[in-house]
Amino acid sequence: MATLEIRDLHVTVEADNATKEILKGVDLTVKQGETHAIMGPNGSGKSTLAYSLAGHPKYTITGGTVTLDGEDVLEMSVDERARAGLFLAMQYPVEVPGVSVSNFLRTSATAVRGEAPKLRHWVKEVKEAMERLNMDPAFAERNVNEGFSGGEKKRHEILQLELLKPKVAILDETDSGLDVDALRVVSEGVNRVRETGEVGTLLITHYTRILRYIKPDHVHVFANGRIAESGGAELADKLEAEGYEAYTKGGASE
Amino acid sequence: MAEAQNIPVGSTTAGQIAVAAESTVATRMSAPASFDVADFPVPHGREEEWRFTPLERLRGLHDGTAVATDGGVKVDIDAPEGVVVETVGRDDARVGRAAPVDRVAAQAYSSFEQAGVLTVPKETVLTEPIRIAVHGEGGTAYAHQVIELGAFAEAVVVIDHTGDAVLAAGVDYVLGDGAKLTVVSVQDWDDKAVHVGQHNALVGRDATFKSFVVTFGGDLVRLHPRVAYAGPGGEAELFGLYFTDRGQHQEHRLLVDHNVPHCKSNVVYKGALQGDDAHAVWIGDVLIEAAAEGTDTYEMNRNLVLTDGARVDSVPNLEIETGEIVGAGHASATGRFDDEQLFYLMARGIPELDARRLVVHGFFAELVQQIGVADIEERLLAKIGEELEASVA
Repeated sequence: MATLEIRDLHVTVEADNATKEILKGVDLTVKQGETHAIMGPNGSGKSTLAYSLAGHPKYTITGGTVTLDGEDVLEMSVDERARAGLFLAMQYPVEVPGVSVSNFLRTSATAVRGEAPKLRHWVKEVKEAMERLNMDPAFAERNVNEGFSGGEKKRHEILQLELLKPKVAILDETDSGLDVDALRVVSEGVNRVRETGEVGTLLITHYTRILRYIKPDHVHVFANGRIAESGGAELADKLEAEGYEAYTKGGASE
Repeated sequence: MAEAQNIPVGSTTAGQIAVAAESTVATRMSAPASFDVADFPVPHGREEEWRFTPLERLRGLHDGTAVATDGGVKVDIDAPEGVVVETVGRDDARVGRAAPVDRVAAQAYSSFEQAGVLTVPKETVLTEPIRIAVHGEGGTAYAHQVIELGAFAEAVVVIDHTGDAVLAAGVDYVLGDGAKLTVVSVQDWDDKAVHVGQHNALVGRDATFKSFVVTFGGDLVRLHPRVAYAGPGGEAELFGLYFTDRGQHQEHRLLVDHNVPHCKSNVVYKGALQGDDAHAVWIGDVLIEAAAEGTDTYEMNRNLVLTDGARVDSVPNLEIETGEIVGAGHASATGRFDDEQLFYLMARGIPELDARRLVVHGFFAELVQQIGVADIEERLLAKIGEELEASVA
């Protein structure tokens, strides 16, 4: 069973000619089939955790370990991490002019699966996945993320999640900027992948709204660069009622 | 909080974009066109037409010190049946129909001893391309080539430049009424080559001229593709593709002279740059003369900067002397393949080299697919792959 283990992870970033520590010792274990929600106020370091796991060059790991099934993730390049089974659905997917969605998806699937998918099966697979996400087939011929609305970008991220079938999916604020209909469609996509029982999900969000559609097994409150409190789904209800105030004033509760 | 920045392409670039404010086609040249090299002063580099060019790398083509050597370049012509292939003297009437516009072009015209003339007789429709292989043998050469199509003739010409040479050449394309000519000029020189050329197309009544200028190699390549019309109804499509590497200077200076009514022109040049001191220059001049009512023209230059340290100068310039036209427009954009795009593609499992190849192939694909000569299309895509591989390795 695939397991992502994060131990005492420390991460810094260079900003304004100074080195700032953003993650200050994160411990978290995500097993295949589990869904963990990471909730926290702006600036708590949630997205830094997501991008550090994916290997974004902006972030420097200064301490700790990350392993996927015992393999050292931090030693891997960005593409190796993806091929090892990590997937990051980004909050701000990047425009790639000149590269069509269909070409991008096929190149990506070929890299992750280790061989080019058979064309006939592939066309059907993509078509069906797009239909489930209420995406127009014409979408496939557009350039990656170019001119996409906020909702289209997020659907495109979840389309990739469905096609690439990672071991661990990190969803960074996938709910932000979505109206209720889009949120429902996107959440259904995430749930289809979860229901296979083959993916561990790390759902990073500022709001509790998405948790009405995607039920987490574990909820973690992220504050000041580490996990301040962990609990079950009931912790989200408490956050809904009380907000993050208790975690942002003074030191976080340990 | 520290989040990955999403940088929209087109708004950031390591290159520089210069857009002409007031300069006009007429004031661009420091001396009028002439066949005599003595009519052009030796450039010092501050002239409008020379200001982007590193004169010290012209190997003397601009100041009279570059002397032709025996066998400087080897030219092989493979022409299908029906084409008349001739080598003629300087006094042949078909030589020298368009005057050189700068000192090097005039030097070339003043220095060649014999000219090549290829004629596709009227109403002859070729099914195979004419192939001209120009191979540099390490020497210096001046050359002149005329390619003439009679009325309603149709031909595809591939001019392939390889090897190492210092070459200044003039090429005239003359299209009779209703003729259709496609020219693919590939500059796939070795790293040290210097190539300066002026290409003049005269497009006949209702004729169609389609040109692909593809520049990969050379230390310095500076080409002047120019088009004028001999009668109404002419169409010119000028496509260009360049891949400018570390230390290379590749300069394309176009002029479309709409001198007669009811003609069309469409210019699309695209370039990718990578490496320190890669320098691409694109000048797109379109002149719509007072008589050229009903003109329809558009020109575009797009550049993709793959790494820091590369520089683009892109100067579109449209000069309109009549308002009675169908359309006129131009666009220039320089975008950057940046770290965020690379991260996004790699985060989907795509290795770095494949990610770069995907983006660059996508960028060039719409142009390459229009060439219509399969072996050339394949070679270009393979060449793009090699260039990228060399840079990543």
